Amino acid sequence: MLYREAGQFKSTYAQDQQIFPIRQDRIAIAMLLGFAFVVVPLIGDQYWLSALITPFLIFALAALGLNILTGYAGQLSLGTAAFMAVGAFMTYNFVLRVPWLGIVPSMILAGLCAAAVGILFGLPSLRIKGFYLAVATLACQFFVLWALQRFGWFTNYSSSGVITAQQIVIFGVAFDTPAEKYLFTLTVVAVMALAAKNLMRSETGRAFMAVRDMDVAASVIGIPMMKTKLLAFAISSFYCGVAGALHAFCYLGTVEPEAYTLDLSFRILFMVIIGGVGSILGCFLGAAFITLFPIFLSVASSWLSHLLGVEISHATVSNLELIIFGGLIIFFLIVEPNGLARLWQIAKEKLRLWPFPH
Amino acid sequence: MPIEVIFFIEVLAGGLLAGVMYALVALGFVLIYKASGVFNFAQGAMVFFAALTFVSLLKLGWNFWLALLATLAVMVALGVVTERVVLRPLVNQPQITLFMATIGLTFVLEGLSQLLWGSQPHGLELGIPDVPMEWLSQKWNINISQFDLFAAFIAGLLVAVLAVFFQKTRIGRALRAVADDHQAALAVGIPLQHIWAIVWGVAGAVALVAGLMWGVRNGVQFALTFVALKALPVLLIGGFESIPGAIIGGLIIGATEKLAEVYFGPMVGGGIESWFAYVVALLFLLVRPEGLFGEKHIDRV
Repeated sequence: MLYREAGQFKSTYAQDQQIFPIRQDRIAIAMLLGFAFVVVPLIGDQYWLSALITPFLIFALAALGLNILTGYAGQLSLGTAAFMAVGAFMTYNFVLRVPWLGIVPSMILAGLCAAAVGILFGLPSLRIKGFYLAVATLACQFFVLWALQRFGWFTNYSSSGVITAQQIVIFGVAFDTPAEKYLFTLTVVAVMALAAKNLMRSETGRAFMAVRDMDVAASVIGIPMMKTKLLAFAISSFYCGVAGALHAFCYLGTVEPEAYTLDLSFRILFMVIIGGVGSILGCFLGAAFITLFPIFLSVASSWLSHLLGVEISHATVSNLELIIFGGLIIFFLIVEPNGLARLWQIAKEKLRLWPFPH
Repeated sequence: MPIEVIFFIEVLAGGLLAGVMYALVALGFVLIYKASGVFNFAQGAMVFFAALTFVSLLKLGWNFWLALLATLAVMVALGVVTERVVLRPLVNQPQITLFMATIGLTFVLEGLSQLLWGSQPHGLELGIPDVPMEWLSQKWNINISQFDLFAAFIAGLLVAVLAVFFQKTRIGRALRAVADDHQAALAVGIPLQHIWAIVWGVAGAVALVAGLMWGVRNGVQFALTFVALKALPVLLIGGFESIPGAIIGGLIIGATEKLAEVYFGPMVGGGIESWFAYVVALLFLLVRPEGLFGEKHIDRV
């Protein structure tokens, strides 16, 4: 009853092709954005904003980047964390060495650097496919981390290899408190998510999906393979690079190359898979799940030990967390291989008929 | 012989033997990929789990052979359970889903092994000292570890046994049929589930061997799980579906990696072993996209 598009007539092509063709979706998105921009900073306390919601948004952006590559263009990549590292460290260097540039252009330039790295390591995708490609992208992961640790220039010759992110200042306004950093992150993520949504209904997006579904068939009907695949790598790495910059500047503050290990790449891949491959909403759902779940687990375990009156050692808890996390991923894959986004889709179809399903 | 040549031979031999160690781990990947099309990321965790179980049983005072048998039984059981709990419900899912499931399995195994046996590192002794071969060092002044040769011998034996198993036995033929085409194999009455359980069991046994060898070399510790990452470039070169390919790939990777580390590493400041193997593998792939011995894929529209 509430979610039904009957009676919404489209009389122009522009209306037919808009990003959210259904009125209820537009209202929901507007309300969601309003809530996120106005209500959340007002009611959220420091811990919630800085330790939960901001990283959630940042990881969602990184997952979005990976999803563009894996979910839409069909190229499996295990080097996401490396692209994030490039974004983080290059933003640091741009702000440090070209201070008049400002933070936002620095982030964009860093994203472009990540895109360049992405294109370089995406080149093998023209020759190899599937898991061969996935393993090949590990080269990127290891090489980038090695280079960041080996060449002092990236970390401004700090002896420990750790960098401290500079203050975020835009037009003289400093973003210092968790709420301000949250708002900055939210703005970037919202703009980029909408841009991604927009991209996927364009010719480029359709070319990505054609390559994903079958690249030989796509090239037969005249989609330029090299351009499409490399563009997918470039856009995906750009997103990951910007996510990495936000990760360093709005979340961690002090960053070392070690923060961007293969583990992080896997976490982001989990977000994509659990959220839903080839779905922009799925990136957010997956990121929320993967970010919140370990926190939920540790809270639950401390609560449980309190309840039972038994002191559970820290090592046991962390091992149990690993087991439950891994088990849950397997469970998820078995019960809903298409991810959380698919659940939402089912719910929408039900809502369309509700309350008269027959 | 001039000292440079001796040094070169030593480095080369060390690299080749290290490559055999990589190949041991790569074998487990190949077995599972060949039979079920699953890229089993948990192989590294299985190696760790096997080695840790074995060492812990030894520490409990078990006899060497008893511990070996018990660990073998555990690994085979693990393989069978994995097939039953993880793979069977995921039949016909895309490969990436199966791959993710094995990453989940990695977490479970890592947590489980440390929960059961604790996380402190252990040393491991198999009775073969890790010292240079005497006659080689006396006659040619070349130092090659006895243990490395032993590991190479074991790896060669394992490959030979597996090759015979795959080529000559009834189960081996069934395995190859399943690897070729799941549905066709099912249609001629090959029980897919049994085959997968067997393959995972065998992969568990291979993981045990690899775990023992690596355990002696580096100690049984959490870092063993990263050995899997070393085995991946080997797979790329050898091809995902080829057992001999794993050995050849291992030799190539081991040799080039060691040589590069010694002769090229100092030029860029060292530490290149983390990525060099991957770059070598990438260059190989540019020439042969399916590895040296991998199956060629023909795409039809």
